[in-house]
Formats: sequence, C-alpha cells, structure tokens
Amino acid sequence: MTDITLTEPSALTARADSARKAGAGDTRFRITAFAAAMMVLLIFLGVIVALVSGAMPAFKAFGFGFFTTEAWRPSREIFGALGPIYGTLVSSAIAMVIAVPVGIGVAIFLTELCPRVLRRPIGIAIELLAGIPSIIYGIWGLFIFAPWFQLHVQEPVILATEGVPVLGTLFGGNAYGIGIFTAGLILSIMILPFISAVTRDVLETVPGVLKEASYGLGSTQWEVMWKVALPYARTGVVGGAMLALGRALGETMAVTFVIGNAHRIEPSLFAPGTSISAAIANEFTEATTELYTASLIELGLILFFITFIVLSCAQMMLRRMEKASGK
Amino acid sequence: MAATRTIGNRALYLRRRMANTIFITLSLSAAIFGLIWLGFILETLLSNGIAALGPHLFTEATPPPGEEGGLSNAIVGSLIMTIGAVVIGTPIGIYAGTYLAEYARYGRLSFVVRFVNDILLSAPSIVLGLFIYELVVRPMGHFSAFAGTLALAVIVIPVVVRTTENMLLLVPNGLREAAAALGAPQSFVIKLVTWKAAQAGMITGVLLAVARISGETAPLLFTALGNNSMSTDVTGPMASLPAVIFQFALSPYEDWHDLAWAGALLVTGTVLTLSIIARLLEKKQRN
Repeated sequence: MTDITLTEPSALTARADSARKAGAGDTRFRITAFAAAMMVLLIFLGVIVALVSGAMPAFKAFGFGFFTTEAWRPSREIFGALGPIYGTLVSSAIAMVIAVPVGIGVAIFLTELCPRVLRRPIGIAIELLAGIPSIIYGIWGLFIFAPWFQLHVQEPVILATEGVPVLGTLFGGNAYGIGIFTAGLILSIMILPFISAVTRDVLETVPGVLKEASYGLGSTQWEVMWKVALPYARTGVVGGAMLALGRALGETMAVTFVIGNAHRIEPSLFAPGTSISAAIANEFTEATTELYTASLIELGLILFFITFIVLSCAQMMLRRMEKASGK
Repeated sequence: MAATRTIGNRALYLRRRMANTIFITLSLSAAIFGLIWLGFILETLLSNGIAALGPHLFTEATPPPGEEGGLSNAIVGSLIMTIGAVVIGTPIGIYAGTYLAEYARYGRLSFVVRFVNDILLSAPSIVLGLFIYELVVRPMGHFSAFAGTLALAVIVIPVVVRTTENMLLLVPNGLREAAAALGAPQSFVIKLVTWKAAQAGMITGVLLAVARISGETAPLLFTALGNNSMSTDVTGPMASLPAVIFQFALSPYEDWHDLAWAGALLVTGTVLTLSIIARLLEKKQRN
C-alpha cells in the first residue's frame, strides 16, 4: 500500500540547487526593490542639494536681502524675490478663495444632490479639468479668457469701484485682461477638481447613521451637510484644500501666460505681476550671467520650500483622516 | 402667547427652508460653474485646433514665421522623450511601490519614502526641471533630449510608485499566503501572484504617468530646450509639442498661433484619452 518513491540523489541535489538559485533570486529581487525605494529618497535629497548649490552665488551676493527686495534689474545685476513671492502667494490666495467653496459645493452636489445616473458623468467631467495640461489653460487663458475678462469683468468692475475706498484700490488701474487676478482665477479652475475629489472621498466616509440621525431629528439637507457631514470630514477637507494649494503655488505654464510678467508689486489685483514659477519659466534660458541663473534657482528653492511645507501639512491631515476612517 | 409661538416657529421653519434652497442652488451652480469652464475650454480647443489640423502637421517640421509647416519634429521629440521617461521611470516606480507594499509595509523607512514620494508627486515640475538642469545640463555644458527625458522620468516615478503601492494593497492577503504555503519564495509570490493580480491597476499608473508628462512643459524648457528641425539625437536639444506650443503661442505671428492651437488639440486629445482609459482600467481593478 505505502509506495514511497525515493528520489534519486542526483535529482535531490538538482532540486537543492534550484532552491538555492531561487533563494539568490529572492535576495536580488528584494535588494532591487529596496534600491528603487532608496532612489525616491535620493531624488528628493538631490533636488534639495542641486537647488542649494545652484543658488549659492545669489545667496552669497544678496543674503537675506533677497527676500525683501522688490527690484529685479538683470542689466544691473540686482535681483530681489519679493515681487515673485508676492505674485505667487496672492494669485494662489485668490485661487483658494474661489476654489474652496466651489469645490466643496461640487462635492456636496455629487454626493448628496445629484441624481444617481448623472453622478458618474458629471464627476468624470469635473475631474477632466484636472487632466487638461497646464499649457492648454495658458494658451486658452491668453487668447480667449483674458480678452473676455477684460471687456466683461475688469472694465465694469473698475468703473463701479472707482472712488470707493479699499475696493477702488484693489480693483483700480487699467483693464489689461492679463494680471494677477486673471492668473488666480484660472488657477482656481485648475485646482477645483483636486478639492472636489478629496472632499467627495471624505464625505463618502461619513457614516450613514450620522446623517440619518440628523435627518430623523428634522434637519434640512443644508443642516445635515453643514453641521454634521462637513464637521465630521473637516480634517480631510482641509487636507484636500492644502493639497490644492500646493498645486496652485507651483503651477507654471498657465500662470506664465496670463500673469503679465512684471516684477513689481502694485496695490491693484488687476495689475500685471509675476510669480516664482513664471519668472523661472520666462527668464531661465535668457539668464546670461552666473548671478542671474543663481537668483532664479534661489527662487526655485524658495518655491520648493513653501510647497514642501504646504504639502507636508496636507499629507499629515489626509493621513489622519485615513486612519480615522479605518483604511 | 401660543399664537406668537406658532408664528415664531413658522418664521424659523421658513428661514431654515430658505437657507436650504439657497444652499442647494449654490451647490448646483458650483457644479455648473465647473462644467461651463470645461465646455468653454474644449470648445475653443476644438474650433481653433480643427481648423489648423491636416496631414502636413505630421510630415513637416516647424516652419520659420510666414512659411508653411507642421509639427513633425515636435511630435517625434515628444514621443522619444515620453517613451524614454516611461522606460526609465516605470521599473524604478514599480519596484519602489512593491517595496512599500510587500516588503516594508509598516516600517519607519517606508513611512519616510511614502512621505517623500507624495511630496515629489505634487512638487512643482519646474523645480524638478531645475534639479535636472543642475545635475545634467550644467555638467554637460549644453541642453539635451537626454536631460529632458530624465526630467520627465523624475515626474513619472512618484506617480507609478503611488499607484503601484495602492493597487498592491488591494490584493487580498489570502493570495499571498496561499502562494507562500506552496513554498514559493517571496519574490515568486510577488512576481507571479500579486503583480498578476494587480496588473490592470499597475498599468493604470503608467498610463496616468504618460498622461501627466505628455502635457508637461515647464521642466523641458531648460533641459531639452527645443529644436526647429527634425532631430533624433538624444545628446542634443530636441523639440517637444508643449515647448513648441509655448514658443509659438507667445510669438506675434498668426500662422504660428494656428500651429500652437493644432498642437494644443493634439496634446489635450492624447492626455484626455489616456486618462479615460486609465480610469476604466482602474475601475476594472477595483471591482
């Protein structure tokens, strides 16, 4: 009955050999995977080292004055980062002011109000906005949107606010079409899908019981959303907004086309300005001197630093949200 | 007393109902706001781009102002650099994602890698371009398609890492345990079981990465620069569609604008098609 077939010794060693080989392959695979993961770290460190070393000449020449100088005169080798930093922060702020409420509105619409059939197509359409390349927003912004905006929004607004304190200054000057406000507006369209996608995801983690309980107490949809669902999903919504802010700060091509590329700070939001990324994109290949290139790289370093902080906060919040929802 | 209370309540209900109507209208208009921009952009792209489309786009190189020409050098350049970036970036991304999901899911090192990868994923692409400029262009002394390819590869890697890890995490542990119980070494388990199970999702990652770099302009401006004639030499400057769009759109010449629109339509068409395929594949993976 028990018919044990003994494997011949030669076959045994062959099998041991192949097992050893498999073991060696196993180690090799593991090391490759580890090396690839280290590569990601290496790229990150490389970015920092490259930017710092590239920016050194500018840092030596201007020190901390670089951050507080508005003047940017390549012909006289005077470079200050204040203009681009201002443009980056203000255009992103405008984008956030518009995109955060609209993005949350879109997310609420898609999770709660939209008829089920339309949910997917509308959701995909909104997310396609994130798929359109930045340069397309740029060319569209320059040729189509800016002239329209100049004629139908800027001119009436400038006329209407003339002489009004604060508003008159913020929306004063000439209607150029292009400018910091236009850049902010186009940025808001670009980051809208990021905010709505994250908000939608976190709204879907809100337990149905919570909402049902609130409805059971007689709440309206608005009250359920505003007082129950959004507070529950708060961390995630803020995280999504920070993620979008990180994108807006570093966005290059769309901004380069429409911001006006003027290194100056004007009180009017409609005035042309520049941003860090636009300055680099426009001027880098034209930078003829060592100091000019180094100044642009130092701008890049500042941008990387700002986005690093914003994105880190975003990540921490989104991670916390994920943990809370038990993923 | 009772009468005033009823009236007070009614006012309260009315106020709440009004707030609710306003809120529903607002969130509806938010969705319409988004859709209008999408429609507006696509409509302009189509109307301006289709007029400029034609077979000459694919057969002739970018012209000097005032002459007939196409975008062939830019299309070839974009293809070469995109393929190169995917070939370099994909294996690194897949192995790194595999490390995070399979070897060190809860390790402290993985936490750092994951964190850094997510930063790189959203980091401004222009800064990554500056990195490659310092790393490759400055030592070599001139712009090159090779540098452009590396800059794009740096963008590909984090996208592939993130999707690979996410998709591998979806693979049920039972599969891994079953394979390990049969005596398969871990690398076999990964290569033959988990990768197979997550295949569609991992391809999604690569497609998303291609979509992302097809429209990428900023890092190419000072790595690959651009080239007005056909070139397949990766050690020299090379044209790319996005860089040509940038150069031509900002020029004062009408016929260059037309070519820029045609290029914009090509790029957007490619990117949107890729993202939609990626989305369908991802859905397939998650089901």
